[in-house]
Amino acid sequence: MVQPVLSIKSLVVEIPTRKGVLRPVDQVSYDIFPGEILGIVGESGAGKSMTGNAVIGLLERPARIVSGDVLLSGNPIHNLSASEFRKIRGKKIGMIFQDPLTSLNPLLTVGEQLVETIIEHLAVSKKEAQERAIAALEEVGIPAARERIGSYPHEFSGGMRQRVVIALALCAEPDLVIADEPTTALDVSVQAQIIALLKRLCRERGVGVMLVTHDMGVIAEAADRVAVMYAGRLAELGAVRDVLTAPKHPYTYGLMGSTPLASRGLERLKQIPGSMPRLGALPEGCAFSPRCDFAQEVCKTGSSPFIADEDAQAACWFPLQHTKLRSSK
Amino acid sequence: MSVIVRAKALRRLFDVSKPWLNRVVEREPKAFLTAVVDVDFEIEEGSVYALVGESGSGKSTIGKMVVGLTSATDGTIEIDGIAITGNDQKAKISEARQKLQMIFQDPYASLNPRWKVRDIIAEPAKLRGLEIKGLPERLLQQVGLSPEDADKYPHEFSGGQRQRICIARALSSEPKVIVCDEPTSALDVSVQSQVLNLMSDLQEQLGLTYLFISHDLTVVEHMADKIGVLYLGALVEEAPKKTLFASPLHPYTRMLFDAAPRLDGFGREIDVPKGEIPDPINPPPGCAFHPRCPLATSLCKTVRPQMRLIGDTRVSCHHV
Repeated sequence: MVQPVLSIKSLVVEIPTRKGVLRPVDQVSYDIFPGEILGIVGESGAGKSMTGNAVIGLLERPARIVSGDVLLSGNPIHNLSASEFRKIRGKKIGMIFQDPLTSLNPLLTVGEQLVETIIEHLAVSKKEAQERAIAALEEVGIPAARERIGSYPHEFSGGMRQRVVIALALCAEPDLVIADEPTTALDVSVQAQIIALLKRLCRERGVGVMLVTHDMGVIAEAADRVAVMYAGRLAELGAVRDVLTAPKHPYTYGLMGSTPLASRGLERLKQIPGSMPRLGALPEGCAFSPRCDFAQEVCKTGSSPFIADEDAQAACWFPLQHTKLRSSK
Repeated sequence: MSVIVRAKALRRLFDVSKPWLNRVVEREPKAFLTAVVDVDFEIEEGSVYALVGESGSGKSTIGKMVVGLTSATDGTIEIDGIAITGNDQKAKISEARQKLQMIFQDPYASLNPRWKVRDIIAEPAKLRGLEIKGLPERLLQQVGLSPEDADKYPHEFSGGQRQRICIARALSSEPKVIVCDEPTSALDVSVQSQVLNLMSDLQEQLGLTYLFISHDLTVVEHMADKIGVLYLGALVEEAPKKTLFASPLHPYTRMLFDAAPRLDGFGREIDVPKGEIPDPINPPPGCAFHPRCPLATSLCKTVRPQMRLIGDTRVSCHHV
């Protein structure tokens, strides 16, 4: 069996506060394999970015990993020191953030930033690094890369900037790329370009990609598998087609239903009542139970439901049966 | 049905010139950014008219001109038959303006954090001289919050609840037309559906007219009766919802529909759209879309297409 690029096992992140300990990431486990795009989807506050930050060691204090393992190509990385992490970040793990303007240094040219990253992580001369930087820009589809390498970030458009960020993430040939809402700040037509680019690079280079987004449509088109998060936990994990067409967790079902796309032709959109609970006030039992149509006694009182893993796909006492679902509608 | 909002040959330029002295020294002419060019549309009373487009297409500028937050460089806007641009009868304008309200995109930025919800909601009504006793409570109930929330401050609410407060505030002066500028873009999907449903309900109950501005085609498809598609400040296509989604005519509209992610688009390989939106300070000559258009010919590079009526659809393209 292929070794996963990234393997997260029962990861728990806690933030101690005056009012008690919050758990923005609770018992999350998943693997990402080479050449695979794993979509992480959820609403704001679900813990999707926090999981990404925990993986790359960018948790802001006082947030910390209290238990669980993060393995990168089989090696544990959750207990590395800050200086050890610096060697991995950029080299083994590339990062793409939401806003391309704030993730580039405005005072350095695009070329300087690429060359700096390449020299830091690969044993090459400055001249070769320069050539590699141009090749990296060409690969992400920036026209006239040789001329534009001396440009500053503000001279690029939003879409082009995000391409630069992708080039930066990939220039040291990482095994894993964490893309946190990479297209949220972009227009639809540019978003389509960036998604196509990510898919192509992932396929060609065999990089594993963690694609964090709130957009179900992007997940459907880009991801191979998807993990749905709710209030810090995995609600559901599976192949993207299975999860989106036959969701087992009532939250996924509600989330799918409330996208205007899925309610096409209906007078009213389906809605999930209420909103995601605050981390400081999580309900007992299943965190989704107060909003769930299918909730029963055990959901409200019983200890936590199953944790989603490869075998049990949904973290729910009563996973939806799809034959039943269709007939009840 | 009568037309309640009418825009004619609407145009808005922004002066983006360098300071006077630099211009003189560098011998540069003044520079203008064309945000809106010759836009015509009519909104029927009680309907939802949507403007869609990508960033820089001028959709928000049009919304702001309609409510009077920015002035039009040229062209006219009529509300209920009263021109609110280029009209010197101040009293008439203010009467027409009372029929307008606006809901903004970001419910975190559009509520004064130091005001109680009660005062926020009552303000528009107060300015119109309406009776405000009990009004905030009634409106809060109408938008699905509880009357006790009137004594709270905005920070005590979640994003979706804040947007409900914004809606309550917009309703308090009893407007006929509400301009909604990306009202749900800052919200999560499940909350977005709650707010959209609320807006539909209110529209039905109160007979409101919405000018709905959004970049999200799926939201627009759900809400609108008629849709105008903007590209670089110009209306490229306008049609009733069904017609537009069944048979989009303009190549830009088609590209937009193709590029939008689909829930059933598993592993879909799309024709990736060419290029990006051009610089509005130096827009391409002729049809602004021609550098990205698969149908473009030499005619498109020189002559700007006029709006033509094809069936239900108004479209500005030489080749459809």
